Amino acid sequence: MAAVQDGPMELDAEKEAKPEILSDGTSNLSGNTASGTLSSSPLTAAPAGGAPKMEDQQTLIAVLQFLKRNKLSESVEILRREAGLGEHQEGSQATDGSGGGKGDGDGGDANSLLSRVSITSAAAPQSMPVKSDCIINIFRCDLPFMFMLSEDQPDVSVVLSAYSQQGDPPLYQVYYSGLKNFIESVLDCHRAELSQLFYPLFVHMYLELVYNNHETEAKAFFDKFSGDQECYYQDDLHILCGLTKKEHLKGNEVLLDFRTSRFVLHISRDSYQLLKRHLQERHNNQIWNIIQEHLYIDIFDGMPRSKSQIDSMSGSLAGEAKREVNKAKVFYGLLKEPEIEVPLDDEDDEAENEEGKPKKKKTKKDSLGSKSKKQDPNAPQQNRIPLPELKDSDKLDKIMYMKESTKRIRLGPENLPSICFYTFLNAFQGLTAVDFTDDSSLLAGGFADSTVRVWSVTPKKLRKVKSAGELNVIEKESDDVLERIMDEKTASESKILHGHSGPVYGVSFSPDRNYLLSSSEDGTVRLWSLQTFTCLVGYKGHNYPVWDTHFSPFGYYFVSGGHDRVARLWATDHYQPLRIFAGHLADVTCTRFHPNSNYVATGSTDRTVRLWDVLNANCVRILTGHKGPIHSLAFSPNGKFLASGSTDGRVLLWDIGHGLMIGELKGHTDTIYALKFSRDGEILASGSMDNTVRLWDSMKAFDEVETDDFTATTGHIHLPDNSQELLLGMYHSKSTPVTHLHFTRRNLLLAAGAYNSQ
Amino acid sequence: MLITASLFSDLTIVKMTEREERRFAEVPRESIKLMAESSGVELSEEVAALLAEDVCYRLREATQNSSQFMRHAKRRKLSVEDLNRALRWSNTETICGYGAQDALPFRPLKEGELFFVEDREINLVELALATNIPKGCAETMVRVHVSYLDGKGNLEPQGTVPTAVQSLSEDLLKYYQQITRAILGEDPHLMKVALLDLQSNSKIAALLPYFVYVISGVKSVSHDLDQLNRLLHMVKSLVQNPYLYLGSYVRSLVSSVMYCILEPLAASINPLNDHWTLRDYAALLLSHIFWTHGDLVSGLYHQILLSLQKVLSDPVRPLCSHYGAVVGLHALGWKAVERVLYPHLPAYWANLQAVLDDYSVSNAQVKADGHKVYGAILVAVERLLKMKALSLTLAAEGSGAGLPGTTTGAVGFRENSPGLSPPPEPLSEPPLGIASHLQAGGAGCPWEEWTPVSLPAMYCELYSFFGDSLAVRFSTGPPLGGATPPGPCQPLEGRKEPASSAPNLENTRKMPQLTASMNISPRRDGSPRMEPQPPSLAATVPGRSLARSSSSSSSSSVSRSRSSSSRPGRSTSQSRDIFPKARFPLPQAGPPAFSFIIGGRQMGRRCQGRRFQTSFTPTPPLTTHPPRAYAHKLPVIGRVSKPVRRWTCSHYSLHLPL
Repeated sequence: MAAVQDGPMELDAEKEAKPEILSDGTSNLSGNTASGTLSSSPLTAAPAGGAPKMEDQQTLIAVLQFLKRNKLSESVEILRREAGLGEHQEGSQATDGSGGGKGDGDGGDANSLLSRVSITSAAAPQSMPVKSDCIINIFRCDLPFMFMLSEDQPDVSVVLSAYSQQGDPPLYQVYYSGLKNFIESVLDCHRAELSQLFYPLFVHMYLELVYNNHETEAKAFFDKFSGDQECYYQDDLHILCGLTKKEHLKGNEVLLDFRTSRFVLHISRDSYQLLKRHLQERHNNQIWNIIQEHLYIDIFDGMPRSKSQIDSMSGSLAGEAKREVNKAKVFYGLLKEPEIEVPLDDEDDEAENEEGKPKKKKTKKDSLGSKSKKQDPNAPQQNRIPLPELKDSDKLDKIMYMKESTKRIRLGPENLPSICFYTFLNAFQGLTAVDFTDDSSLLAGGFADSTVRVWSVTPKKLRKVKSAGELNVIEKESDDVLERIMDEKTASESKILHGHSGPVYGVSFSPDRNYLLSSSEDGTVRLWSLQTFTCLVGYKGHNYPVWDTHFSPFGYYFVSGGHDRVARLWATDHYQPLRIFAGHLADVTCTRFHPNSNYVATGSTDRTVRLWDVLNANCVRILTGHKGPIHSLAFSPNGKFLASGSTDGRVLLWDIGHGLMIGELKGHTDTIYALKFSRDGEILASGSMDNTVRLWDSMKAFDEVETDDFTATTGHIHLPDNSQELLLGMYHSKSTPVTHLHFTRRNLLLAAGAYNSQ
Repeated sequence: MLITASLFSDLTIVKMTEREERRFAEVPRESIKLMAESSGVELSEEVAALLAEDVCYRLREATQNSSQFMRHAKRRKLSVEDLNRALRWSNTETICGYGAQDALPFRPLKEGELFFVEDREINLVELALATNIPKGCAETMVRVHVSYLDGKGNLEPQGTVPTAVQSLSEDLLKYYQQITRAILGEDPHLMKVALLDLQSNSKIAALLPYFVYVISGVKSVSHDLDQLNRLLHMVKSLVQNPYLYLGSYVRSLVSSVMYCILEPLAASINPLNDHWTLRDYAALLLSHIFWTHGDLVSGLYHQILLSLQKVLSDPVRPLCSHYGAVVGLHALGWKAVERVLYPHLPAYWANLQAVLDDYSVSNAQVKADGHKVYGAILVAVERLLKMKALSLTLAAEGSGAGLPGTTTGAVGFRENSPGLSPPPEPLSEPPLGIASHLQAGGAGCPWEEWTPVSLPAMYCELYSFFGDSLAVRFSTGPPLGGATPPGPCQPLEGRKEPASSAPNLENTRKMPQLTASMNISPRRDGSPRMEPQPPSLAATVPGRSLARSSSSSSSSSVSRSRSSSSRPGRSTSQSRDIFPKARFPLPQAGPPAFSFIIGGRQMGRRCQGRRFQTSFTPTPPLTTHPPRAYAHKLPVIGRVSKPVRRWTCSHYSLHLPL
């Protein structure tokens, strides 16, 4: 890994990286956004239609106008050059746009765009080389938190203005119950599918009523129909029921999520036709408008889904994922292990000495070696993203790892791991995050009192490097120079790292054990040296609490996610992020690197898991199905599967290649804060606030699921309800919530948590 | 906007309205108006309603936002800190002053429909200069233990303590075994060593749960006084160990100690067993735990008082339990006595009286116990009266003196060596907000607002039970210059005196007033209430000794004026109520042989008057023998069966019944 102390970064490189993020990272979403801002007359446009070219240009012109007005002439030039627009075009179109827009009720496009863009440019650097898509896109992603930033919030009204069209308030109940009656009367097979409409319609109708100051009608509407909604929307309903005034709509994050994103529904073609016919017959424009404006109905050909199938996939803040989002190819295979000349003789000698079974060892080793030589067809190219070169010490560590892995215990339903519990005693200041190094030699704890503490778990004590003056005296050629540079006087079992100014919510060791990352409420991620036990860099960028951070398995890169709803990819030697993963509709609560370091998974309060491509910052998977904020993620060691745990106590298993849910593990009674696969992936361990560690048979869970392209395209998943069969063991701690889980290289399970005496 | 913000921070008046369609708290518009008024803004009804709704909404929003901080801190309990973080991130001012770990009692005001969170003033000077620096938490550390080997755990039920002893490191386990063996063993010397080590060892934090468990074994050795004593000693050592953070184990320790105080121990069946001493010791220990560690568990004081009260009000309980309750209250301080014992006294008295009046042989043992209880109550109320009088003086002078009563309590508590000597009276509340609804407001608070009984009324009431035995005891206690024999409170007073002479001079003078009052001449006794003395007389009698030797009329006026001056706002007639009970023959009628009555009456009580009367014939000139001297000579209380009329003056001999 490149040393971080190197000092100032090359700004040029940084600038080059940035446009890439902006253009690529968000382009996949841009089409819909553009169409979202343009309303077409009911019953004519297909819901998934792209933006016509003309409208696109209008947008551009609106942007230009704004830039001009604010005397950002340089940006105007750049934009004009890139978009290939003439000056005359702009003038004529602008009048067109605004003039036409004022006429109809849902118009005002240019104006609204203008004001929207003002937000963007306020936050974005002015020299940003933009394509129009990017601007709007950034607006879309960052809007919610920008509202939190700006005090006056001048533009909320624009966002909400879509609600300004209204029908007769007392009729809302009639409309809704009319639809309800219709849906209840249709055939069973369609009913479940069409029932998905209830919740988004309910929400938007309610908000429309509130927006147009019909407080009593809104309340009546809410009281009458809130009971019909699925139980997993309770949390959102609770927030909604507090909203009764137009003023409240400003700045409410949940509301903005509803407005700025379209609720996605998967409905089979038959069911959709049924609905459409009904609405046309009744001339129920109110509901149709809402469906057009705020809903995205993803129509598929095939059998309607059953209630349980729908339930397992729904629950997220913005409905299910659009199918085409999950179609991108994901290279989930592992990278080829670098060839290391293992000093075979040495190892064999050792093995003989220790265990006396050299033969067995050797065969095992060979199999390991051969496996690593074969290129996985699903693996990304070795150099798809640049990875740091292995240092000598890394190679040594790899050798150590291989040696250890030969002694690994093969786990299975018959052979469960032993569990060691690391209990934090007297942690009255509040333990918030824990991490182990891969070789289980160090343990780091993040605390609510802004400190990070590092413990040595082995008898080897923690020592600092000597001061510069003392280092000069040391003879650099001696063999034990690495030993000599350490200051024996500073040896202690634990070290405290001070620097953050808010609770530390995430800690992560670098794979080479030289660095430690910590993310905190103060909006920074800090990199600490474990040689000097000092802070090396503070990465500022999130500006809001950073909930989690995680080092890449190859070091150098790391990812962080926070309250600003984006995850950022950093390199340790850059003080600005390399990639911004924007798209989540709520806080990014946890972040994990894929074992091949080409992807990043993020879990969010919007109850979705997203997988991002590190190369181009694209969102390649949106996984819906959780019913609560997601607080833990774990990739299986082979990179094929992902496990995620949420506040509702359920673990969901995902097939990354197909983007499908393949399992649901029920049993925990409280938030799952820790998930970890065993080293060979046979066992999944989950740790929860309910003071238990549970072990699940992940092999069985993965084997039983047949994933083919049909299920992948339609989402007809059949989840066996076999949590009880898969549960291999449940282990209680002594009133200690489980904060972290870790498998040692020999498959001993380490758990950590703070003893809670209350 | 500004108003909203200020409302937010001042939001103490939140009223729940039970409207069905809403599932959240609402702030009534009256509260909004009140708050606006307090900041000088007049609001119309309409604006107030709108604001109220907005405030509710903002509150909900802030609460919802704060929950994410709780989730990320991996807690189940939403803390004030979480809310403050949410406020800070939404650019709102944070709310200070609610970060304490103790529950903040939300109190209604009796007079109006006002609810508020009690927010007492904290004496920063005292806090800064306090020598009892709160113990820091023990260092955060990580302990590892193999919980489950090969997936097979120790199948014993989790959470029970002794099984976990095995998971201790070897040296700790050894230590634990040695210490428990030594303390519970036969060798007193070993025990002492073990206790000393327990008191000073800094590395036994991990063992605390096990020791607490051992101590909770008091219930199984209730037949063995010796073991009980040892266990109590163990408690004391643990409590005194400065390196231990007791945390919620305080509760467990307190319950063990309470067991020793209150339970009718098996050991007390045999009258030869001196379980009284055990109870005394346990009571002292209780007060020590409470004063040093009471802040660890919120509501502890309240709970203790409740359980003591429960025992006291339960007539089925044996007298030794009652004795325990009384000494427990006594040890907890005079306010506890005032709050619990004093209101219960009338009801309890009837039972005690019945026991004491039963002369049958079979009752002899019970009666002896009864006397014990009687004595304990007497000691307790005596201290109550003294301290109350003292605190009143201090309260009156408090503002000028700088450090009101609190100082005394703190000093006493600090210098007290617990468990060995009686704990000095806490003159103020416990240091932190423990069950403060049970207690007085700060020392500076006006007493009249919450104290139902004024000192004179209390004295009267108590006098009706104890008669002159109470009055006489008064003369023994207070430190009167250098002439007085050291009373129980002497050390405390002595310490105080050099600190600030002016107010303490008042204190010392305050005490003898009660004594001197006994010299009230019958001449005015018939109608003392209707005869307000001119307060100007007070100035004429400056000294205490002068008062005693001077004519009765002047001394009584001194006392009257003193007390009235010490409590501004109280009418003189009220303050005079203190002293009408003791009756003396006219000094003018004065044959040198006259009697001194220690008698009690109970006016308007259902039970028969119980009188402890002692008469003696003092050696002639009264002036040379202050009554105090006699009082001091009264070691024992006698009683007569015949009720005394109100103004009769009988001659009795000094009984020595015990």
